[in-house]
Amino acid sequence: MTETSVLDAPAAFDQFLQQEQAKDLLRFTTAGSVDDGKSTLIGRLLYDSRSVYEDQLESVTKASIGRNVGAIDFSLLTDGLRAEREQGITIDVAYRYFATPKRKFIIADTPGHEQYTRNMVTGASTAELAIILVDARKGLLAQSRRHAYISLLLGLPNLVIAVNKMDLVGYDQQVFAHIETEFRRFLLRFQAIEPHFVPISALVGDNVVTGSKNMPWFNGPSLLEYLETVPVGDRGVRSAFRFPVQRVVRPDLDFRGYAGTVAGGLVRTGDAITVLPSGRTSRVSRIVTFDGDREEARTGESVTLTLEDDVDIGRGDLLAHPDEVPEVSSKLEATLVWLNEAPAEIGKRYRLKHAASLQWADLKSIEYRTNINTLEREPANTLEMNVIGAVRIETVRPLAFDSYQTNRITGSFILIDAATNATVAAGMITGHAAIARPSRRVVPQRSTEPVPVTEAERRTRQGHAGAWIELGGREELAWRLERLLFDRGCTVYRNPGHSEEITRAFYRFGALVVVAGSAERGSFIETAEGRTRIEANSASGIEHELEKLQVFTQMSGWSGSGGGI
Amino acid sequence: MSTFSHLRQLEAESIHIMREVAAECQRPVLLYSIGKDSSVLLRLAQKAFYPGPFPFPLLHIDTGYKFREMIEFRDRYTAQIGAKLIVHTNTAALEEGATPFAWGTQRCCGALKTQALLDGLKAGGFDAAIGGARRDEERSRAKERVFSFRDGRGQWDPRNQRPELWKLFNTRLHAGESLRVFPLSNWTEMDVWQYIEAEKIPIVPLYFAKERPMLVRGDSLLPVEQPFVPFLPGETPKLVKCRMRSLGCSPCTGAIHSEADTVPKIIEELITMRRSERQNRVIDHDQDGSMELKKQEGYF
Repeated sequence: MTETSVLDAPAAFDQFLQQEQAKDLLRFTTAGSVDDGKSTLIGRLLYDSRSVYEDQLESVTKASIGRNVGAIDFSLLTDGLRAEREQGITIDVAYRYFATPKRKFIIADTPGHEQYTRNMVTGASTAELAIILVDARKGLLAQSRRHAYISLLLGLPNLVIAVNKMDLVGYDQQVFAHIETEFRRFLLRFQAIEPHFVPISALVGDNVVTGSKNMPWFNGPSLLEYLETVPVGDRGVRSAFRFPVQRVVRPDLDFRGYAGTVAGGLVRTGDAITVLPSGRTSRVSRIVTFDGDREEARTGESVTLTLEDDVDIGRGDLLAHPDEVPEVSSKLEATLVWLNEAPAEIGKRYRLKHAASLQWADLKSIEYRTNINTLEREPANTLEMNVIGAVRIETVRPLAFDSYQTNRITGSFILIDAATNATVAAGMITGHAAIARPSRRVVPQRSTEPVPVTEAERRTRQGHAGAWIELGGREELAWRLERLLFDRGCTVYRNPGHSEEITRAFYRFGALVVVAGSAERGSFIETAEGRTRIEANSASGIEHELEKLQVFTQMSGWSGSGGGI
Repeated sequence: MSTFSHLRQLEAESIHIMREVAAECQRPVLLYSIGKDSSVLLRLAQKAFYPGPFPFPLLHIDTGYKFREMIEFRDRYTAQIGAKLIVHTNTAALEEGATPFAWGTQRCCGALKTQALLDGLKAGGFDAAIGGARRDEERSRAKERVFSFRDGRGQWDPRNQRPELWKLFNTRLHAGESLRVFPLSNWTEMDVWQYIEAEKIPIVPLYFAKERPMLVRGDSLLPVEQPFVPFLPGETPKLVKCRMRSLGCSPCTGAIHSEADTVPKIIEELITMRRSERQNRVIDHDQDGSMELKKQEGYF
């Protein structure tokens, strides 16, 4: 790194210190199994950024002698506990730290096996980016899909697909291109996200920190260059102002303030605010900190607010701007990740911690569970450890919340078992409405440079991919299907009555085109993937076929007939 | 503030954690070790509860073998900021003659640190102890939770820790159980020093290079404050320009050769130095994975 060269000129040291203090922070998570070379990758990032100290290196070199590896085993730098060193696996989330002259990094390192879904979810919950490791020799496995699914479920805005062990496939561009194509096709069904693909060899060091002479065909940034430059942290500030009150600060009779961390957007002195769930209103009079009063506070900052009026506010209340209030309801729909060995019990009362509030909540029903390998929905009466499912929950007191996709702090909660005090589930609120709607969310642009609209963005806007549905001359079925899809919020159009070319243009634009057609032509659905014969005879049956073809985009957890997984 | 730098993000996160402890725990206490991390903790506590005072006392586990400069600093600084200080010492073990040389480091630490800490927490009825440990200090700490659960005997079970998601901390306890809370979990040694520099936080002068009498033996510099330091025949204390990289008990904390007598110089030294911080602590080298064993027994 360039740090030593800075030190050669002592006059520049003050400036260097200032630069160091102004660095920003990227939290990312890595998912992959032992075999993917994940520990080796992290070990190399730490080693090459000089975040490993000599004596630590000595102690792992010493430990390496007993194991069957040559030279430095980078993976030993990251395997923390004795028990797992003996077993040779990592079993929990481990946090690692390194810095480059440009940025500080916190890695949440998680094991990738199926039974460790809960660890992956934990690691992803605080991350802004996920690195998914794919073994070049094995291609896209169910495991990689699972990692991508969990990263997207947890709302991570950035995904890096690192195709590792390129040295073992002769640095073959075709191998990389094939995996990239396949992975991009898989990601299409999710919300808009622009993944970054990079071919690497963690063992040899190709494209990890610097570019690779072995792969001149790859012109993109190395993994570290990408991590150093990907925009971070700008997402929260653009969202609506949210301030969960952590504590009432009342040192004497003259001062009454509300301490908390801004959970979304920003607040300025003089702003009107509404207190949720009570609905009372006031204005912000001061933003108080130890370092002096402030004019504004932004997402992530811990401050104390005072208000113009003496309103009744306690821990657990939520402050928002009156024109952008969160939802208030005691009935929630949520995606749960079950974390505990004792499975979920319908009808059981749990403690629910949401932002700064803790209260009782009943698990009313389980709508379905998501098969983590096929990503298909399955009926469920319970959720076992590491299982992801959609549920309905009812709280004793009304809760002020946002959907998780809108705000990761006001949209998340944990469930605590009242008897054992164990944290049994992580929850992501999907909404409270009875009818599912595709997301109309406008995807925030993540870079300052405008980029062309992608197919994935179009899908997110529509809530579904385009499809051409022809029904073998069944007029009534055609209009019934149109009605069903229309009510669901889809962009749908029946009987364009033109040439195939125009029909295809319609669905490429992103519409669901329903054509009554004729008996001779038969019943089929055409998507970008190809034509599929329709067996179903009812509108809902055809909707189900569309779901199976993964035409609908949403992530999971939406109620009713919504959602595509 | 135009950019939300990593230091300000870490600061905000730590403040959030301290406020959660104060809001949800019955009797919290801040474990004050006098070191640089404790100094940072105190500043964060001041910030978290401003304009009020921080709503918990400080507990110092005094082994009796801390450096004199540490104790002087402790008494002066805690009085200056108006903190309530509780000092607890395992006097029984000291009377029995506990020294690292007579008892060995493991047994000595077990009595003067681990047992004293558990007794001190019990005596005060504390259910949550805020400490300055960081995950980057030692490998076994990389998986430590921010809110670390301890059973009725104060022991840590790595298999039985609660998952921590987002910033949602589960502080629920049964009678007798307790929490150790680490607001600096995500800070690195470099972050701590940069924060000390940015905030001008007072620290014990032992961190700054100065000529000090040392027992020089091979590469190691051993402080000679205690009368029982075992000199070999022919060995005498020498004046060496040195400083402490981390502070513990004087018989078990080695010094390092250094010219760094200001915080910026320490940061500069840190960048060029490649030896990890706890390496001059004799206690970690008893056996591979020894910190993990101490933690299971209740050591911080």
